Amino acid sequence: MVELALPKNSKITKGKTWPKPEGATNLREYRIYRWSPDDDENPRVDTYFVDMDDCGPMVLDALLWIKDNIDPTLTLRRSCREGICGSCAMNIDGTNTLACTKGMDEISAVVAVYPLPHMNVVKDLVPDLSNFYAQHQSIEPWLKTVSPQPQTEWRQSHEDREELDGLYECILCACCSTSCPSYWWNSDRYLGPAVLLQAHRWIKDSRDEATGERLDNLEDPFRLYRCHTIMNCTQACPKGLNPAKAIAEIKKMMVERQV
Amino acid sequence: MRTPLSKVRGMGSAGSGTGHFWHQRLTAIANLPLAIFVLWLLASAAGGSHAEVVERLSSGPVAIALLLAIVSIAYHMKLGMQVIIEDYVHGEGTKMALVIANLFFTLAVSAIAVFSVLTIAFGS
Repeated sequence: MVELALPKNSKITKGKTWPKPEGATNLREYRIYRWSPDDDENPRVDTYFVDMDDCGPMVLDALLWIKDNIDPTLTLRRSCREGICGSCAMNIDGTNTLACTKGMDEISAVVAVYPLPHMNVVKDLVPDLSNFYAQHQSIEPWLKTVSPQPQTEWRQSHEDREELDGLYECILCACCSTSCPSYWWNSDRYLGPAVLLQAHRWIKDSRDEATGERLDNLEDPFRLYRCHTIMNCTQACPKGLNPAKAIAEIKKMMVERQV
Repeated sequence: MRTPLSKVRGMGSAGSGTGHFWHQRLTAIANLPLAIFVLWLLASAAGGSHAEVVERLSSGPVAIALLLAIVSIAYHMKLGMQVIIEDYVHGEGTKMALVIANLFFTLAVSAIAVFSVLTIAFGS
C-alpha cells in the first residue's frame, strides 16, 4: 500500500539553532532540512540567521551565504543562478521552485527549505534524480527520422516551430514531477509531468517521423494514465509552463488515433 | 542490480489504457442525464403506493432508461475503482485480487439490479 507516514529513519527531528551573525541588525530566519548519509542520524531541521545587509535578494543567495559564512557542510546543487539550469530546484516555503529565481521578498516570514518531496535524498537538499533522468531517456528525447538526411538542416515552418512554444523551455528541474501525488505514489511506473511534457515536445515536432512510435510507447495505464489532472505540476513550474495541458494533449491524440 | 533505464523500461508499454480513459469519459457523459433521470424517478415515486411504483417501472421508456443507468453507472464505478486500486495498492498479489474482486462485485451488483428491473417490468 501507499505509505502515508514517513519511515522511522526519515522522521524529522529538531536540529541545531546556529548563532546569529555578530553585529547584524537586518536578519532573516531560515529553517533548512539536513540529512547526511555519513552518520546514522535522522534528518533534522537546522535554524540559521542570514544577514540581509550582506546578502543578495534570492533564496539561493541566502543558502550560499549560509554555506560561506556559517556552515560549510550545507549541501545543495546550483549552477547558473539564473533559472536556466534547473539545478537548485527545492521545496521553498511549501512549493517546489528554483532557489535562484525565488525572491526572499515573496516569502512573508521564516523561510523553510526542504529537498524536492518524495525523492531519495543524497544529502541535505540534494535529491537522487537517477530515476527521473532514466525516465527522460526512455522517451528518446531526440529527433527521430527515417527520410534521408537533408544536405542542410531539417526544415520547419514558423507555424510548426511555434507549436513547440511552452514545451521547449522546460529545463528538467523536476519541480513539477515531484509536486505530483500520482508521481509520489507511482514514480516507478508513471513517467510524471516533466517527462510527459518532454514527450509531447517530440510528439509535436513537425520534423520528427516517429510520432506513432512515441505514442505507442506511452500507451500504458501507468506511464501516461496515472495523470489525474491534479494540476500541482502547472502550479509548481518555475518557468510558467503547463505540463498538465501537455499531458491532456497527449491523451487527446491517443483518443484521436483510435476513434 | 539493474540500471535505472532498465527499471524504467520494465516490461515495455502495456499497449492499452486509452480504452479505459475513453470509456470513463463516455460513461461520465452518459451518467449525467441518466443520474438526473434516476433522481427524478426516485423523487417522483416518493410517497406513492407499491402498485403505483410498479406500474411506473413497467413502462417501457422508464425501464429502458433505468437499465441504461444501471449499466452505465456500474461500468463507470468499475473503471473508477480500478484506477483507485492501481494508484494506491502496490503489492502485485493484493492489487490483482482487488482488481478481480472489483470486476466481480460490479458484475454481481449490476446483474441483480438488471434482473430486478426486468422482473418488475415484465411482471413476476
